[in-house]
Amino acid sequence: MTDVALNPRGRRDYDLMGADGRRAVETGLAAAEWYHTDVPRKQMKELMQRSDGPAIRDTILWLGLLVLFGAGGVYFWGTWWCVPFFAAYGVLYGSASDSRWHECGHGTAFRTQWMNRAVYQIACFMIMRNPITWRWSHARHHTDTIIVGRDPEIAVMRPPDLVRLVLGFVGISDAWYAMSDMVRNAAGHLSAAEKSFIPQMEQHKVIRIARIWVAIYAGVIALAIYMQSILPLMLVGLPRLYGAWHMVMCGLLQHGGLADNVTDHRLNSRTVYMNPVSRFIYWNMNYHVEHHMFPMVPYHALPRLHEAIRHDLPAPTPSIWAGYREMIPAFLRQLRYEDYFIKRELPPTAKPYREDLHVPPMPGAAAAE
Amino acid sequence: MGRWVIACAIDDVDEEDVIRFDHDGRAYAIYKSPQGEFFATNGVCTHEHAFLSDGLVMGDIIECPKHNGRFNYRTGEAKSAPACVNLATFPVRVEGGDVLVEVE
Repeated sequence: MTDVALNPRGRRDYDLMGADGRRAVETGLAAAEWYHTDVPRKQMKELMQRSDGPAIRDTILWLGLLVLFGAGGVYFWGTWWCVPFFAAYGVLYGSASDSRWHECGHGTAFRTQWMNRAVYQIACFMIMRNPITWRWSHARHHTDTIIVGRDPEIAVMRPPDLVRLVLGFVGISDAWYAMSDMVRNAAGHLSAAEKSFIPQMEQHKVIRIARIWVAIYAGVIALAIYMQSILPLMLVGLPRLYGAWHMVMCGLLQHGGLADNVTDHRLNSRTVYMNPVSRFIYWNMNYHVEHHMFPMVPYHALPRLHEAIRHDLPAPTPSIWAGYREMIPAFLRQLRYEDYFIKRELPPTAKPYREDLHVPPMPGAAAAE
Repeated sequence: MGRWVIACAIDDVDEEDVIRFDHDGRAYAIYKSPQGEFFATNGVCTHEHAFLSDGLVMGDIIECPKHNGRFNYRTGEAKSAPACVNLATFPVRVEGGDVLVEVE
């Protein structure tokens, strides 16, 4: 959470305790009513239905592959043959855990709640996100998606820090902040920002979990020292760095280059068609407009939801590559014109964008094209 | 002492579903359990402003559509974060083909 900080290079104040956050509350942009596509109740009920089957299948596959590739990495340790095994293990640990954290955090992956909680805890540990802190920060992200000064999960602030963005692909900055937060929480301290979105009755749990994690990492480090080998860390902890690239590759596309300070997810979120392997790792979060509009629809039903509402959404981005071809130029443009964003055309069947609550930029700034 | 008002007809709510009922500027949620029993709670989530009538009923649970917070609609008990504060519940009775709620 300490990466949500004042960005001194631009006019936007991303600090959750800062001026833009206060302005969002004063103007009604915070906790606002968001645009939703009309979906008949009967159809929405069908789409919302929960099931254990798909998530049990996917979790067995995920954890099974983790064990398989991890075992292969250990077996071939000391030879170059271990590299492909650890490459796969890393993605399953450092990237797939992100989508499992997300879906199980929503409680929508499984119908049975203890299964959601169990996988959530495992995924949180792998992705280095305190399960209490990030549950509440993610709730705020859904309430105030890409609202400057309110959303703690804005991945790319404006103007974009391209060095940090690139380093993100190897998880360095994320892991640094995660470890710092963990140690700070284990010492009994929550930041002012954390206290702003975590209810007081939940704060002691943050500290308890951080202490458990510190103990686990201390044990792994002790084992590595004892073995005089980084192998234990290659299995626990380091995959969050060397395996993060797929999560970052997909995650940046969620909102990158799009609008901020709006109350229409069609303006600030992106749906991208992806290959089946990526969709397994990402658990269908590529249907990101759909997910933000209707977070109660489980991951396995998002393709059906997409078909049901696509008439009201901008055309989906056809591939990851196409997404980056659109997004990178937008980031580069935002280096010069901070208020620039991509505004995609709506099909004739769509209702107009909801822009009545768009907080305008400061006078003199360039608008979106 | 509350007043009994007609909230809806018994066939207005499907089994294991919920509808919204507004009265005197307040939103209520009227539930029909899988066993065909009726219940009523406050219609707005206690976490943030979201109508529970847009949410998902699973057994005894109502899930808020905004952040997936869960409540037991029979007792109003908050069951999972971010729902932490219980829902107010209201007595319900069925008379003829109508569902009545005792409102404040």
